[in-house]
Amino acid sequence: MRVRFLNMGDSALILELGDHIDHSLTSRVVALDQTLRSEQAKGHLPGFIEAVPTYRSLTVIFNPLILPRAILKTRLLVLLEEIDNARDQTVRCWLLPVCYSSEYGPDLETIAAAKGLTAEEVICLHSNHSYTVYMIGFLPGFPYMGNLDPALHMPRRSQPRIRVPVGSVAIAGAQTAIYPWESPGGWQLLGRCPLPLFNAHRSQPTLLAQGDRVQFESISSDHFRFLVDAVQDGSLDMTRFQTGEVTA
Amino acid sequence: MTTQLVVDKPGVLASIQDLGRFGYRRFGVPQSGVLQPDFAKIANVLAGNPEDTAVIEFLLTGPTFHLANGSLRLAIAGDCYVKLTRHGDRRMFRAWRSINLQAGDFLEIGNVLSGKAGYIAISGGFDLVPVMGSHATYLRAGFGGLDGNPLRAGTILPLKSKSATKGSNFFLPTPPLAELPSSHQESIDRFGPATIHVILGPQDDYFTEKALRDFFHGVYTVTRESDRMGSRLEGPVLTHRPDMSSEIISDGMVPGAIQVPGNGAPIVMLADGPTVGGYPKIATVISTDLPKLAVMTPGSMITFEEVTLEEAEARLQATKERLTALLATITPLPQISEPF
Repeated sequence: MRVRFLNMGDSALILELGDHIDHSLTSRVVALDQTLRSEQAKGHLPGFIEAVPTYRSLTVIFNPLILPRAILKTRLLVLLEEIDNARDQTVRCWLLPVCYSSEYGPDLETIAAAKGLTAEEVICLHSNHSYTVYMIGFLPGFPYMGNLDPALHMPRRSQPRIRVPVGSVAIAGAQTAIYPWESPGGWQLLGRCPLPLFNAHRSQPTLLAQGDRVQFESISSDHFRFLVDAVQDGSLDMTRFQTGEVTA
Repeated sequence: MTTQLVVDKPGVLASIQDLGRFGYRRFGVPQSGVLQPDFAKIANVLAGNPEDTAVIEFLLTGPTFHLANGSLRLAIAGDCYVKLTRHGDRRMFRAWRSINLQAGDFLEIGNVLSGKAGYIAISGGFDLVPVMGSHATYLRAGFGGLDGNPLRAGTILPLKSKSATKGSNFFLPTPPLAELPSSHQESIDRFGPATIHVILGPQDDYFTEKALRDFFHGVYTVTRESDRMGSRLEGPVLTHRPDMSSEIISDGMVPGAIQVPGNGAPIVMLADGPTVGGYPKIATVISTDLPKLAVMTPGSMITFEEVTLEEAEARLQATKERLTALLATITPLPQISEPF
């Protein structure tokens, strides 16, 4: 697919680099985003407000009365030419605890039935897999991860839930995620993770970052409650869930 | 003596907001901030503050306060009445002015009569530590403003100023009321549904021709499930093209984007709306029309009309100039209009 621009109202522009989920697309997005931010830091892009890097696109938010759209487009295409998409990144690896059960994952049985699997097989396929954090978004700290085993691909619910509980581990299409907050949401729920994914008072407010690798560990509901208590009294050291670093 | 402004009744979801939190969407943090920025700016200028000072935003019903100690000046913007009780005497007046409070005064902000948002600016602003560069309260994640909380009965507001500003109060002679939507059936019968202008896309190609026709010709009603995250609309169901998915790879979103999930009911993203989303966006409300939609009460009716980018930018420029002109009309209040 060719690179293309999409308008999102009068003050946002989407630069789409592709139409599928792919590591190489995401690393080009990350590189373009970094270049754009360093341009901004040097004061080269007056009227540029912020950018949102996603799986395969960069949403650029700007003030059209200061930065004309045509100039922004030209600048983005020039920067895209300049980026080195082959550079290596160091990424962190995580093993995150999840309590899979129909109490914490009300869609677990539905997913199993729709896929001709048992609940145990769904849990096994979901946890025995290494995921990449493609982007953070939707809610503060919400990690969009992929790629889910094709045997678990499910559409979103056609009627999104008004209330998804905090910590819910969910799937949609080829993606999986953890809800860091109670919120409305359309993903299918299969369990719950007790760890806080966001802290507004840290300079890097999110636990996970774009590019990180995540695996899940199935835990009992007793262990889940133990970890919830440990989070509450502040005794939980989050680094124990980080298993290492790799060069991607 | 410390000035103590105490909340007696919090009203409906009153919170501290500013013009928004920028630069953190990459972490999933929405911009938040006031739903009706022009009103917040008016309140600030009436109070003698810089336009971007944090204010109290209230929805539908205003809060009531008493000043336990000291003195202060505040200003109110929004279509509502205000009652001030001093030494047992009660006076009522319109918003769109500043007012000096003395120790012992009771201040009641009434219902918002058109639209749903009103703003209170305190001279000197609030004494708060910004979170991620902003004072905007983001209720869902519990940060910003008063530690992420709405105003509550008994809240003592942390103020910067230690006493009331000297000199005349200020008022806005011609409040921008005509721009406010009304949900009253009478007004809809007379003027028809409000027109909201949009730019098509970014994913209009995911919808059938009939859906696009219905979107622009149908009437949509703001439902009760609307909040600071989004305005959920009821009206003609918008069908996704059978050869396209009803989902996209989750992609960036901004306030104003109109997402259509599989059930075909559009949701217009607002200040606290998610930073990314996985449903196609049929169109995006232009910047100048978003505040109008954001403050509509449930039952309000709208129709969508397409404009070009050039027209949207021209409206943005014109609206900016109109606000500058309006703020320039703010004048000292004659002594005779003072309630006491």
